Amino acid sequence: MTIEAMTPNGERMTLNMGPHHPATHGVLRIVVESDGEVVATCTPDHGYLHRSIEKIGECIDWPLFVPYTDRVDYVCAMNANLAYCLAVEQLLATDAASAVKVPLRGECIRVLVAELNRISSHLVAVGAMAMDVGAYTPFLHAIAQRELVNDIFEKLCGQRLTYNYVTIGGVAFDLYAQASEEITRFLDQFEREMVRFNKLITTSTIFRDRCASVAPVSAAEAIAWGLVGPNLRGSGVDWDLRRDESYGLYGQLAVRVPVGQCFAGRHGKVGDCFDRYVVRLLEIQESVRLCRETLKLLPPPAVKANDPTGGYQADVSRQLKKPPKGEVHCRTEAPRGEMGYFLVSDGTKVPYRVRCRTGSFSAAGIFHKVMRGIFLADVVTVIGSFDIVVPEIDR
Amino acid sequence: MNDHTQERPGNRLDEQVHFAAVDEFLAWGKENSLFYLLFATACCGIELMQAGGPRYDVDRLGMIPRATPRQADLMIVAGTITHKMAGRVRTLWEQMTEPRWVVSMGSCANSGGPFSKWSYSVLNGVDKYVPVDVYIPGCPPRPEALIDGVMALRERVRKYRTLGVRETTPHIVAGHEAPFGGGGCAVPPVVEKAKE
Repeated sequence: MTIEAMTPNGERMTLNMGPHHPATHGVLRIVVESDGEVVATCTPDHGYLHRSIEKIGECIDWPLFVPYTDRVDYVCAMNANLAYCLAVEQLLATDAASAVKVPLRGECIRVLVAELNRISSHLVAVGAMAMDVGAYTPFLHAIAQRELVNDIFEKLCGQRLTYNYVTIGGVAFDLYAQASEEITRFLDQFEREMVRFNKLITTSTIFRDRCASVAPVSAAEAIAWGLVGPNLRGSGVDWDLRRDESYGLYGQLAVRVPVGQCFAGRHGKVGDCFDRYVVRLLEIQESVRLCRETLKLLPPPAVKANDPTGGYQADVSRQLKKPPKGEVHCRTEAPRGEMGYFLVSDGTKVPYRVRCRTGSFSAAGIFHKVMRGIFLADVVTVIGSFDIVVPEIDR
Repeated sequence: MNDHTQERPGNRLDEQVHFAAVDEFLAWGKENSLFYLLFATACCGIELMQAGGPRYDVDRLGMIPRATPRQADLMIVAGTITHKMAGRVRTLWEQMTEPRWVVSMGSCANSGGPFSKWSYSVLNGVDKYVPVDVYIPGCPPRPEALIDGVMALRERVRKYRTLGVRETTPHIVAGHEAPFGGGGCAVPPVVEKAKE
């Protein structure tokens, strides 16, 4: 049924959601035009958190930009660090004289922290989505588990949220003593806890029916609108950069990619809100497995920090003073989809241009399409299922 | 030996009835039910969320998140405020009922933080638009730091007098429109000094 048929007299009400709204995950403003309970048009208004991060990149040295990448996506700061550092390393690799080889232990730690952060990021995503549709308890369970990941990161680098841990050429510090045991212990109890979490919310009929068939995105649409990450995979597209364009250690790990396949049963459709939600939960499981695999590959620490096997950081201070000229685009798989940095270097110690491509931006681009014709109450479900983090959109 | 030992503990008159000035009683109530506005703009919002989570649990301090400013006593500005957002912050603050308090959480809300030097779009300190009672440093502050800031604010709330001579909060009188987003004046707002 078209929206015109549903709204015969054409009377519409304009409703502002945001910029201050508890379900818009920050300061996203959505102008919704509705007829009664049905959404006619939906226009996202961005820029309330535009912090000119890309411009700052043109003002400061190459390594000093790493803390700002934390603020691009603070829910998965490790992955954001990693994306930028990989891009700079790729730039340095364009000239054989300045190429840098990250030590094996450093690569392992990178994958470890990236996957742990993916777990904590997806916990926020699924918890906040459950909270948006009215279930507060699962959110508290998710936050309790996130605290444990934060504990590990705090011991590792001293910060709970914005880590600045992955650096160009490796990671800032080596793993602390007993880190492997603590991470393994966390993963063990985390898997038990996720069974409880799923019993609480994922298998709940109320929650499933609330999300089933809401705002389905077909595979063709998802590709056409440039969705990335779990939003793309929720629509049934089998694409994951960790496996298909593997970087770092991921090539050795054989990443298994979950895709959406109408998890909500006969009431659902492929690519609906429930599919996107379940794909995130399955990715958490996969991340747990990847963490375990990486811990097996972890070589023992060496005395020297830049030891090619047991070291954690290659020395890059000389290369970064005079990097090769040129431009490079490097894509990585962050929890919210592809996070890529496009760097232009003019051969000086300050970047000429830093461009950041993020997953939430393209997810916000499809809002006006999927929200047309749904109920007003489902708008928060859709926002939650796409897992928007606003500074990723505004930067 | 005395008569009152025969009574059940906690049943005596002086254990059940307390005498206090109305002002102090109201302040006691306010201090223990600081409902805060769920106002997370950036990174600090996640730490605010964690502070409401099971480990730090600010609910035990009587702090319950509120979605609407009409029901909130306290605005925790958690995160960066841009010029586009600043006018909205002021609107939200105006919608809160008196008495109202503002906590500025994190370096961005305090002074612009890491964006103060290079960024063209970030407001260097939310106190240019709303009067701030407590500043919490950190990027982002830990939930413990937030709770510490709230404890400092509670001292302030305890001194608040509803009936008698009240401690006036600094009040911004003019120029609260956002320079770029709000279409108002670009002059920084004038802050009236708190009267002693």
